[in-house]
Amino acid sequence: MADKTTIVVHSGDMDKIYSALIIANGALSMGMEASLYFTFWGLERLIKGKLEKGALSRMHMFGLGKWMIQRRMRAANVASLEKLLQDFKELDGKIIACEMTMQIMGIKKEDLRQDLIDEYGAIGAYIQEARESNMTLFI
Amino acid sequence: MTDIRVDVRGETCPVPLVETRKAFRKASPGDTVEVVGTHPASRKEIPMALKALGLKLVDIQEEESVWKIRIGV
Repeated sequence: MADKTTIVVHSGDMDKIYSALIIANGALSMGMEASLYFTFWGLERLIKGKLEKGALSRMHMFGLGKWMIQRRMRAANVASLEKLLQDFKELDGKIIACEMTMQIMGIKKEDLRQDLIDEYGAIGAYIQEARESNMTLFI
Repeated sequence: MTDIRVDVRGETCPVPLVETRKAFRKASPGDTVEVVGTHPASRKEIPMALKALGLKLVDIQEEESVWKIRIGV
């Protein structure tokens, strides 16, 4: 079994996308392989211009909560989602986009940031990644 | 042999770890990577990553709240 993590990114909430990318980048930095399987609301964040558009999973309060959290994140010098995603790719992280989600939500390949996506797959792609992983999460 | 310096002072989780890893990938065998930072958890976590990556911890220094980790690639 490879020293690898596979994460299903189901949520498109800003804080959960942060969790997924921080864990994945931590794994790559500590010598593991990492794959992210973007599905449902998570996949929406890979639509061009939508990465930072997710709501806060709790206390969103019509955007006020998100605005407050983002202010505090800036004060704490937390990296942007864009930087985390670029770092993930630079460290050879793999991104899989769920084809069924694309079909259901009417998302076309050209709507997505294709430069980041390594593979378009279905459940078999996730299972194949997960069975080679010693750590798999659903976020 | 080159010294590669990574300055992550003021950066927080996971940036010090990620930038250190990026520096290892640019380094050649025999090089030394020196990481300077202030994020307390990374001071403990960077040495943990070294074992898995097969790299050698040369030295850790800490003064006030700034730490400096030297790693042999």
